Amino acid sequence: MILTIAKAELRRMFYSPLAWATLAVVLFILGLLFLILVDNYLTTIQAQLVGIPGAPGVTDIVLAPVMLWAGVIMLTVSPLQTMRAFSEERQQGSLTLLTSAPLSTTELVLGKYLALLVFILVLLGLLALIPLSLAGATQLDWGKIMASLLGLFLLLASFSAAGLFISSQTKTPLIAAMSSFGLLMFLVVLYMSGSAESTASDLFIYLSHFGHLLPFLQGLFDSSDLIYYLLFSAVFLILTIRRLDNERLQR
Amino acid sequence: MSDDALVSADNIYRYYGQYCAVENLRLRLQRGEVLGLLGPNGAGKSSTLQMLSGNLAPSAGQITINGIDLLDAPKRAKAHIGYLPEHPPLYPDFTVDEYLRYCGRLHGIPRARVKPAVDEVKVRCGLSETGRRLIGNLSKGYQQRVGVAQALIHSPLVIILDEPTVGLDPIQIREIRALIRVLGKSHGVILSTHILPEVQAVCDRVQIIHAGRTVFNDSLSGLDKRHGPKGLIVAFRSPPAMEALRALPGVESIEPLASGRVRIVHKGVMAVDAVVKASVESNWGLQELTPERTTLEQIFMDLVHREQDTEAQDNAIARAAS
Repeated sequence: MILTIAKAELRRMFYSPLAWATLAVVLFILGLLFLILVDNYLTTIQAQLVGIPGAPGVTDIVLAPVMLWAGVIMLTVSPLQTMRAFSEERQQGSLTLLTSAPLSTTELVLGKYLALLVFILVLLGLLALIPLSLAGATQLDWGKIMASLLGLFLLLASFSAAGLFISSQTKTPLIAAMSSFGLLMFLVVLYMSGSAESTASDLFIYLSHFGHLLPFLQGLFDSSDLIYYLLFSAVFLILTIRRLDNERLQR
Repeated sequence: MSDDALVSADNIYRYYGQYCAVENLRLRLQRGEVLGLLGPNGAGKSSTLQMLSGNLAPSAGQITINGIDLLDAPKRAKAHIGYLPEHPPLYPDFTVDEYLRYCGRLHGIPRARVKPAVDEVKVRCGLSETGRRLIGNLSKGYQQRVGVAQALIHSPLVIILDEPTVGLDPIQIREIRALIRVLGKSHGVILSTHILPEVQAVCDRVQIIHAGRTVFNDSLSGLDKRHGPKGLIVAFRSPPAMEALRALPGVESIEPLASGRVRIVHKGVMAVDAVVKASVESNWGLQELTPERTTLEQIFMDLVHREQDTEAQDNAIARAAS
């Protein structure tokens, strides 16, 4: 049943131009960024690094920033994907179809979440083409690339779970998008404040989701980062389920 | 008996904050019955249907669908329900076929049997030609039909339709009504409406709701029997003295109305005979003779207005007291 919902959700996503526009815009921006970084690397950085033992390579200097930027751009884009999940359905009245079908709320939420995860995978699949384009020209650190893709996947999955929760709160898609964006931005600000010198705080850095992405980008796989993302997503999914159940019971 | 009723709801209450939308409602639906839920706007019809379809939990009370408690086992109970809400729950980006296939799968129709089910329901709802069109491009009437189709696709025992004929043209209304009557033979149908003739056209039983309470609940045939002809409206070219009319056999009382008409309350049909005979014999010149019947509309207006009057009185008393 979860699969049925996820399939229909994906269909709904890709029937609307939004998903295509999202993919196109994100990849276009990242492509340009990649071009600038490669150019910069070839003309200035490469020359400076010659002869230094253990110097960072292309993977660190060109690809890691691209991955980081992918996360930053998705910060603004993923709320637009998640707003459709419940807000838009509620606005057009189609949520009733799902709530009157013989489904549990858990199946409903997981179905929608699964569809969002598949969308993320599609995006990451296309994103992986960027490092692949360098594969013929130079030697790449594939371990690092895989780690950063995994980190990015976890980051985006946590964005989606948070967005799904916000989307379940309101009937107006724009408010859902705006609030999810606010929540995600808040976590970024938390990181910035935690890493600023005057207000340095390990707790803030721990709470912020970007803090957990950076180790992945350096090729570091720390299970506590993995657990952070899994917990983050699980908490918001459970909150969403609770919220939808409550809607039936009270108001 | 509540055991063999398809839907039974007892002592249902629903509060929105302080506001009580549904108060102590009792509802029964038998197999092969079409129940009309009638009431003015804001009477609590939609809230009631939302509760019966499992979209809204009642604040108190119990609902069972085919003997399964809707609150304890919502998944099993909902499998027996087809529900068309006030606004049909459609995906404008889907074609009719895709949408109906999805609905079928959601309601647990096995993959192999989805296609025949979709084809059948399309024929039933007059959608055979529109299968490949996008729902968003269909007219309101066709969208409403898709909504109805969605409620029927898994041939549920209980079909709940919230104002099914809204936005349809007269021909479509007739088709949908005919469909409801057919469905009513094998399934149980509950439909809400504020269109009185609709109830008379399709329903076996009517339950009138006003301000969240049931104010009337009877079968339509019972309605005719109990509230059969009871008065005559007559008009004469040269009206006789009122006493002469009252003296006729079978006449209980008379009441002069506007524009020379007279209302005669009588005991049996013999009064009609007597009036005609007397008119011919004494040359009163009978012009008009209409048996008065209690229509659903009258009952509805009576009940709803009486309620409003007593409410107004209560309010006035409360104001005077304070």
